[in-house]
Amino acid sequence: MESLKQELKENIIEQLNLEDISVAEIGDNDPLFGDGLGLDSIDALELIVMLDKDYGIKLTDPKEGKTIFESIEVMANYISANRTK
Amino acid sequence: MTKNNYIKSYVHIKNNTVSLNGTVVYNDIEPDFKSFIKGAYKAVDTKYPKFFKMDSLSKLAFLAGDIVLNSEQLSIEEEHNIALVFSNKASSLDTDRKHQESIQYKENYYPSPAVFVYTLPNICIGEISIKHKLYSENSFFIFDSFNAAHLEVYATSLLADDKADKVLCGWVEYDGDDSYEAFLYLVSPEGKITHNKEEIIKLYTN
Repeated sequence: MESLKQELKENIIEQLNLEDISVAEIGDNDPLFGDGLGLDSIDALELIVMLDKDYGIKLTDPKEGKTIFESIEVMANYISANRTK
Repeated sequence: MTKNNYIKSYVHIKNNTVSLNGTVVYNDIEPDFKSFIKGAYKAVDTKYPKFFKMDSLSKLAFLAGDIVLNSEQLSIEEEHNIALVFSNKASSLDTDRKHQESIQYKENYYPSPAVFVYTLPNICIGEISIKHKLYSENSFFIFDSFNAAHLEVYATSLLADDKADKVLCGWVEYDGDDSYEAFLYLVSPEGKITHNKEEIIKLYTN
């Protein structure tokens, strides 16, 4: 689980072009949207693509992302339980 | 009575160099556009994290526009009626190609929303407008080459009809690391350089 969290942090920084943020600055329970990393709606769509491309998880309802992308901890738990690759 | 208009300030970004009103403000030899524009962004102290999410055309236009508008020392609390009239040759082709690559193969079909949103050239105008609170007239024209005559007529018309107080005009072209250039200039009722086709061409070719 720890390696998945590390991988998620690295992928989020790279794929969402978070230029001034390092892996160490993202806490497992920090909110990803709003006051946390300050991600926006396009980032949310990008995370949905990442789930599909990297872990074989297809979200049919984008609204599901609101709970799944709450934090790295929540994302990692969801991916572990639902990944197909 | 026809009002006189002037070119109040202008910026060039090309050949690894950024200059404002003919004075170099940043120059560095970088291996690629991404490194160069990042260095320029840091050098001119533009603090806007969303910059790094933009495509290359928007980064180029945003930085050029930001340098000119910052030299105007506009209040960030107020709206400004500054029209934006941009042009280029390659439209958003660089990003269009990236999007095409992401949907080329059925078995590897992952269009990126962050790429797709930049598949129109006028998105770069939106990026500048958001930061500087410009709820103003805007247009993006595609020409074979820099068209000073068209830009001059269009900007003059906007000012004569009181559609705008000032007009940020010019050329922003990005078609790969070896083919980028921004030339933006601010047309205003105040200034020293007369706003006409000859002066625009002179500044563009300098």
